[in-house]
Amino acid sequence: MSANQTSTTSASTNTGIDWRQVIVPAVVSILFFTLLTGLLYPAVITGIAQVVFPNQANGSLIEDASGNVIGSELIGQQFSDPVYFWGRLSATGPVPYNGAISSGSNYGPLNPALIGEEGTVQSRITALEEANAAAGVSVDTAIPVDLVTASGSGLDPHISPAAAQYQLPRVAALRGIDETTLQALVDEFTEGRTLLILGEPRVNVLRLNLALDEQYPVDGGGAAVPSTEAEATAEPTVEVTPDATAEGE
Amino acid sequence: MNPYHLIQYGVFLVVLLLCVKPVGIYLYRVFEGKPTALDFLLRPVERLLYRLLRVNPANEMTWRDYTLAFIVFTLCAAGWLFALLMVQSLLPEHNPALLTTPMTPDLALNTAISFSTGTTWQAYGGETTLTYLSQALGLVSQNFFAGGAGLAVGIAFIRGLAREQGTTLGNFWVDLTRAILWVLLPLSVLVALLLVWQGVPLNLNPYTQAATVQGETQTLPQGPIAALESIKNLGTNGGGYFNTNAAHPYENPTPLTNMIELWSIVVLPAALTYTFGRMIGRTSQGWFLLAVMTLLFVVGLGITGLAEQQGNPRITALGVDSTLSTAQPGGNMEGKEVRFGIHGSALAAVTTSNGATGSYNSMHDSYTPLGGMVPLVNMLLGELIYGGVGTGIYSMVMLVLISVFISGLMIGRSPEYLGKPVSVDEIKLVGLYLILSAAVILPLTALAVLLPAGRAGLVTNQGAHGFTEIFYAYTSSFANNGQNFAGLNANSVFYNLTTALAMLAGRIGLATLALALAGLFVQQRCRPPSSGMLPTDGFTFGVVLIAVIFIVGALSFFPALALGPLVEQLRLY
Repeated sequence: MSANQTSTTSASTNTGIDWRQVIVPAVVSILFFTLLTGLLYPAVITGIAQVVFPNQANGSLIEDASGNVIGSELIGQQFSDPVYFWGRLSATGPVPYNGAISSGSNYGPLNPALIGEEGTVQSRITALEEANAAAGVSVDTAIPVDLVTASGSGLDPHISPAAAQYQLPRVAALRGIDETTLQALVDEFTEGRTLLILGEPRVNVLRLNLALDEQYPVDGGGAAVPSTEAEATAEPTVEVTPDATAEGE
Repeated sequence: MNPYHLIQYGVFLVVLLLCVKPVGIYLYRVFEGKPTALDFLLRPVERLLYRLLRVNPANEMTWRDYTLAFIVFTLCAAGWLFALLMVQSLLPEHNPALLTTPMTPDLALNTAISFSTGTTWQAYGGETTLTYLSQALGLVSQNFFAGGAGLAVGIAFIRGLAREQGTTLGNFWVDLTRAILWVLLPLSVLVALLLVWQGVPLNLNPYTQAATVQGETQTLPQGPIAALESIKNLGTNGGGYFNTNAAHPYENPTPLTNMIELWSIVVLPAALTYTFGRMIGRTSQGWFLLAVMTLLFVVGLGITGLAEQQGNPRITALGVDSTLSTAQPGGNMEGKEVRFGIHGSALAAVTTSNGATGSYNSMHDSYTPLGGMVPLVNMLLGELIYGGVGTGIYSMVMLVLISVFISGLMIGRSPEYLGKPVSVDEIKLVGLYLILSAAVILPLTALAVLLPAGRAGLVTNQGAHGFTEIFYAYTSSFANNGQNFAGLNANSVFYNLTTALAMLAGRIGLATLALALAGLFVQQRCRPPSSGMLPTDGFTFGVVLIAVIFIVGALSFFPALALGPLVEQLRLY
């Protein structure tokens, strides 16, 4: 590739620039460092990571008993069914929690799409209150702000403990378990600050909901109930799952 | 703010400050060619490379040759990345079903210039635009190039002040090589493995399809994420693997990775203040710069943290609980992640905007007007609070020189810095350096606001906030930062070309002026310190310096800030 640089024009005039002395090192160093830092470096650390931290290096995936991937413990999922704890709002398109394209809402603080009557905050407040009413519970406390706002990534796996607390009566009623039992489960999935000082206390929504389905399944199966059906079933009866309480007591 | 948040801020700063001296000494040894612990491994590689480059490492360059080498290297790197991006769709790994954003020539050009200048502004979402090959071979390596070249220029600038009666500033190829091999590469390996331990993926698997609890399908992107994540911060580049950068849980899964990533951004620029002091033989001058930087950092952090914790009054008015308690972060959580809360996000906003690194972990577009103005002002001031790797030190010294000049005029002494006279030629270059930002950012912002092609980018927000989005875009491009108010749709021919122009002006223009200034200083003698000199490391001078920083920044940009965030803040309440 550098064969033609042997032609002798090295006698650069006093005013001119010997371009060969600049271009050759530029091109060769880019090729060299591309191979070193663009190929060798990623390859070597990928190899190390795959051996030392295989779970994390492959995306902290959660699999079911038969080995199918349910999700990742780091990536939030859409929960709209009232029998589950709901996560943050997600602004990804075309559907919420689309892992293929992370996105925040990017709404400015005065954007009507955020704070207006039809805005995302008000819609979420309405949805939460309607879900409570349908479950036959009333919650006096104001809704925590993280439950009505969209996360930065659109994939936030966490909610605050307060946001879990707000939803606890609804989930307990719909699953027919008493609130202290459910409280214990929520506490189990509440992480404190990292190293006691970093970040915020938080609840991993996916892991909490998976534990809910495992320990207190809805309809005995614990399988997913499409949200439209769930809303229909949620209306008339509160104690839809009487058999689920046995283990809790 | 509760005690945890203050402790978190404090721990970050203390860890950073504790690293300044050891890392600063290491940088000093690397660039002065003194023995280091890694020599046994790296010296053979270095010797091989010089043979391939046909470079004699003992041959030093004048400022002109050094600048030329830097510019040619930057442009060649841009050309190579442009070519790679243009052919990525022809390579076997390309999957058009997942990569839905087409790599048009203007987007490829913008991306190529963006990465080669260390801006890493991204007009696209990584997970929908780039193949693994492009991410690794193209972007990961460019992060090393731009970081290494920036560090080299910074070192050359310091040599201009440190040497006397010379003509040369060092050899660009040697500085570049040593910056990559001795500094960026070993640190990147270390940081990348720490990040993987905490959950950042590092693999070559295809995207995973998950069957979710509610019976839907979720695509989980994979790839060499940690490999990019470490160097994008260490090289103060900041372009994310994903669309939402370090807000994405795969890029920044825990509060600990947040701290590691933010540390990676500022550790080298902060340590360079010690390297500076050591190279000029007066460490107190380096500590002085570090103290001023840290003070300004804390001020910005306080404003952003308080403004964001205050929350959005319009949301609170809807009956939402925005108060901070032990059970919730409260505040303005739109665009923020729960694991970082308000203050982990504010720390990132202030660190990344000062550090010329666009790796935000929350959506600045959704910040309160004052909270979002702090990152904007940090960039407008010239990213001199720690700053980009290599570029931060000369950004700060430029303001020091102006302060010396003004103080000299006020007290009737001929202005000097480090024993070197600051006379007409020097101050002309400093003046050009300082005026360049306004001369590029403001006309481009005005142009975008005037033209339909510019206003077409306002797809999310309108009014004063829309103006701020455009202003932020050009500020970030010129400052080679790369973070954005992401509501602006910047992937259009208009924005791809105009932001690329701002990036080139900010990178090559500022570096050329800094090196030219170093070329003047290197020829002068250093007069020994005497009682007749204005001390440039004391409290009084610190006050002058901070005043000058804000006056220069405010005079240039106050009208534009008034049209954007300030008017929005008044409307919010």
